[in-house]
Amino acid sequence: MVLLTLLAAIAVGLVRVRNLFAAVVLFGAYSFLMASVMVVLDAVDVAMTEAAVGAGVSTVLLLCALHLIGTREEAPRRVRPLPIAAVAAAGAMLVHGARDLPAFGAADSPMNTGPGAWYLRNTAADMDIPNVVTAVLAGYRSFDTLGEVAVIFTAGIGVALLLKRERRGRAEGEG
Amino acid sequence: MRMDVVLRAAAKFFIPFMLVFGFYVQFHGDFGPGGGFQAGVIVAAAIILYAIVWGREAAIRVAPVRLVELMMPLGVLIYAGVGLLGIATGGNYLDYDGLVHAPPTPEEAVHGRHWGIFLVEIGVLVSVAGTMLAIFYAFTGRGAK
Repeated sequence: MVLLTLLAAIAVGLVRVRNLFAAVVLFGAYSFLMASVMVVLDAVDVAMTEAAVGAGVSTVLLLCALHLIGTREEAPRRVRPLPIAAVAAAGAMLVHGARDLPAFGAADSPMNTGPGAWYLRNTAADMDIPNVVTAVLAGYRSFDTLGEVAVIFTAGIGVALLLKRERRGRAEGEG
Repeated sequence: MRMDVVLRAAAKFFIPFMLVFGFYVQFHGDFGPGGGFQAGVIVAAAIILYAIVWGREAAIRVAPVRLVELMMPLGVLIYAGVGLLGIATGGNYLDYDGLVHAPPTPEEAVHGRHWGIFLVEIGVLVSVAGTMLAIFYAFTGRGAK
């Protein structure tokens, strides 16, 4: 509850703050709090990813981007009601939908009776490793992970193509 | 930032532990939390910290741009290659059963699956670490006028 309150406070701060440097720092704090929430929910693998990627590397990359574009954001010229209404409506629908979700950790929920339970029962015998998350990602659903690695590769190639300055046959300082 | 003694001393202390922790997360990922993706990011973060404290040129001497750009496709190829090994050893694509003993008994298939997970995680590590560093180099390369 404390974590969620802090998350909400940071989210409000993120929207209000006009200095982009402060926004990036708040974003890192938000990611780190999110990682703490994941630990509380026993999703340690996700928490580790969130802390390393969200709070660590993406903060550094955003700071690199700020170094290129400056840290001031223009103040909005006027309040626009339509986007606010759209966001409020979407949020209200999400809250409404969340009321139908099963209670956290309920044994008869679809997550705990469907394939998830099957993986939990069979991982030790099938794969001989105790970490079910690794077994699902790299074993049972290996095709998905191959796709994910390809996505990461594609993202890296895309950024390199867009941002790399050194080109063959051209002097360093050009372009 | 090169003159900041506290930062330099702290970074010098931390970077080896970050690298060891990254490889621990990688190779212990079957037993504890973690895996190739997290380990790749942690290893990349260690190099990025090095680059922040000692400068981009020093980091490029440790992990050259060509190397990290080679790592990106190499990781995907390791992963896809393990899939082809599955076909070569008499199974389907990404079927790990026969990786160690072909044709496998049920117990040997379990051993093969354990190896398969280990090998594809190495592919993930290589690709993720390479991509993170390549993106970082691409960004910082723009800034260096």
